[in-house]
Amino acid sequence: MPTLKFIEASGQTHVVEAVVGQSVMEAATGHLVPGIVGECGGCCACATCHVYVEEPWCGQLDPPDEMERGMLDGTPGVTARSRLSCQIKVSAALDGLVLRIPAAS
Amino acid sequence: MTQAKGTVLIIGGGQAGAETAVELRKLGHDGRILIVGEEPFLPYKRPPLSKAYLAGDCTETQLYMMQAANLEKAGIEYHGGVPVTRIDRAAHTVERADGTQLRYDKLVLATGGRARPLPVPGADKPNVFLLRTIADVQKIRAHCQPGKRVAIVGGGFIGLEAAAVLVKKGLAVTVLEGLPRVLARVTCPQVSAFFERVHRQAGVDLRTGVQVAGFDGDAEVKRVCLSDGSTIETDFVVVGIGLIPNTELAASAGLAVDNGIVVDEYTRTADPDIYAAGDCTHHPSRFLGRYVRLESVQNAMEQGRAAARNIMGRQEPYQMVPWFWSDQYDLKLQMVGISSGYDQLVLRGDPATQRHFAVFYLKNGRIIAADTVSRPQEFMLAKKLVAENATVDPARLADETLPLKTLVG
Ligand SMILES: Cc1cc2nc3c(=O)[nH]c(=O)nc-3n(C[C@H](O)[C@H](O)[C@H](O)COP(=O)(O)OP(=O)(O)OC[C@H]3O[C@@H](n4cnc5c(N)ncnc54)[C@H](O)[C@@H]3O)c2cc1C
Ligand code: FES
Repeated sequence: MPTLKFIEASGQTHVVEAVVGQSVMEAATGHLVPGIVGECGGCCACATCHVYVEEPWCGQLDPPDEMERGMLDGTPGVTARSRLSCQIKVSAALDGLVLRIPAAS
Repeated sequence: MTQAKGTVLIIGGGQAGAETAVELRKLGHDGRILIVGEEPFLPYKRPPLSKAYLAGDCTETQLYMMQAANLEKAGIEYHGGVPVTRIDRAAHTVERADGTQLRYDKLVLATGGRARPLPVPGADKPNVFLLRTIADVQKIRAHCQPGKRVAIVGGGFIGLEAAAVLVKKGLAVTVLEGLPRVLARVTCPQVSAFFERVHRQAGVDLRTGVQVAGFDGDAEVKRVCLSDGSTIETDFVVVGIGLIPNTELAASAGLAVDNGIVVDEYTRTADPDIYAAGDCTHHPSRFLGRYVRLESVQNAMEQGRAAARNIMGRQEPYQMVPWFWSDQYDLKLQMVGISSGYDQLVLRGDPATQRHFAVFYLKNGRIIAADTVSRPQEFMLAKKLVAENATVDPARLADETLPLKTLVG
C-alpha cells in the first residue's frame, strides 16, 4: 500500500496508507485528515480538496486537465504546486508522496 | 469548554449523519459514536446515483463516504437496515422497528428525505421507479438495455441527469415536465432553454407543460396517459419530482416541524440534547436572511460539521453561501447563491449558441447568485462575488473581453 504524508498548515503531520486506484482526496477523508473536505465527492466541482504537492512528485504527476486548471485558476491561495487532490489517482509510484494542506480560508 | 461525554447517536446514515460522526472524531470526541440507519448500506454519497452509478461507471463501495475498515478504525459504528421508530426524550433512548432500544447522551437527527411519489393511478406498478437510494438505482439499472423506452417524469436535476445517462446508454428517453420549462424553480429561462436544447440535440424527446394523468397497463405500466388524452408507450418509468423531508420522527417526539425540522444557526432543536442536520432541516440562513430548507451535499456536510462542533461545546454557527452542481453529458453546471427574486440578469457568453457561459443574477445592483456552465474559473470567482454581494457594473460584467478576474476585488 502506498504511503501518503499530509502536512497541515500548523505543521501537524498525518501518514496514511492509501489504496491503489482511489484518489488522494479519498485517502485523506477515509483517514480523517483535517482540511480536506471533498464536498463534491471528487467531481472536480468544489475545490475543497486543494493541496500543494511537494517535489519531486509535483513534476511527475499527470498534468491537470482543463476542468481542474479552471477550478484552480479561481481558487484562493493557488501556487504552481496546487492540485485538486480528488484528481490525483493513487498508484504504487506515488509511495511517499508529500502533500501540504492550505491554511483554512 | 463543555465537552460532550458519552454516546452521540445519529439517526440517518446519509452525508449529514456521516459527516457529523467524522467531525466529532476529528475534534477529539472520545465517547461512543453510533449511526443508526434505515438503509442497509454504509453511509454513501447520493449525487452519483443519477450520474456515474446509474451509468454503471462506479460500484456501491465507491459511493461509500468511508470504507468499513476506516469506519472501524475511526470508531464509528454503523447499525443499518432497521429504522428508528420512536424517540423517548425523557429517558434519552430511541427505539428501532425491531424493538431494540438504544441510549444517547446527544442525539442528531439526520433523516434526510424520501422521494415524492407521483399521486396518479398506476404509479404503484412494479416498473415505476423513484430515484433516491442505491436500491432504487439497482432496480432501474436492471431495465436499462439499449433500445428500451423510458418515460422520465420531472425535468428537475435528477430527471435531466438520468435522461442524459440513459440516452447515452441507447435507451429511447422521453422527459415529461409539468411546468412550461425544465429547472423552472432553480434557474432563469435562458438556462432552462439551454438545457432543453442540449437534451433535444442528444435525442431526448423532451416535453414541457404536460401533465401525467396516470399509467396504463395490467401487471406493468405500458403507457403514460397525459391529461390532454394522448398516450406515450413505454417500458418503464422513472419519477423525479422532488423530496419529502423525513420529519415524522421529530414531530412525534414533540419537536417543532415547519417545512423541515426547525433548528437554530447552531443546528440545535428546542431540546438541548437534540440536534438536526441536512435535507431534513428548516434552518436560518445568514446569507439569505431567512429560514430555508436546502437539498444539497454542501448543506448536509456543513450542517453535519456544525452539529459536531456544537456538541463539542464550540458555539459556532454555520455560515454558508449555498452552492450546487449538476453533470449532464459533457457539461458541468455550477450554481452559487439563490437566484429567486433577482431583478436583472447579466450573461457572459451566449446560452443560445455556446456550450459554456455564465449567468449572473442581480438585485438592486448587487450580485445575489450565478450559474456557470463549463466555466470552472468563472464559477470560483462568482462564488466570491456572490458571498460579498458585490456591486459590479453590469456592462463590464457582460464584457467577455474583460477577464472576470479583473472584476473581483
Ligand atoms: C439522485 C440524486 C442526485 C443528487 N445530486 C446532487 C448534486 O449533484 N449535488 C448536490 O449538492 N446534491 C445532490 N443531491 C442531493 C444530496 O444528495 C442530498 O442533499 C444529501 O445527500 C442529503 O444528505 P442527508 O444526510 O441530509 O440526507 P439523506 O441522504 O436523505 O440521508 C438520510 C438517511 O436517513 C435515513 N433515515 C431516515 N429516517 C430514518 C429513521 N427513522 N431511522 C433510521 N434511518 C432513517 C434514510 O434512509 C437515509 O439513508 C442529489 C440527490 C439525489 C437523490
Ligand atoms: S472533491 Fe470537489 S473538487 Fe475535489
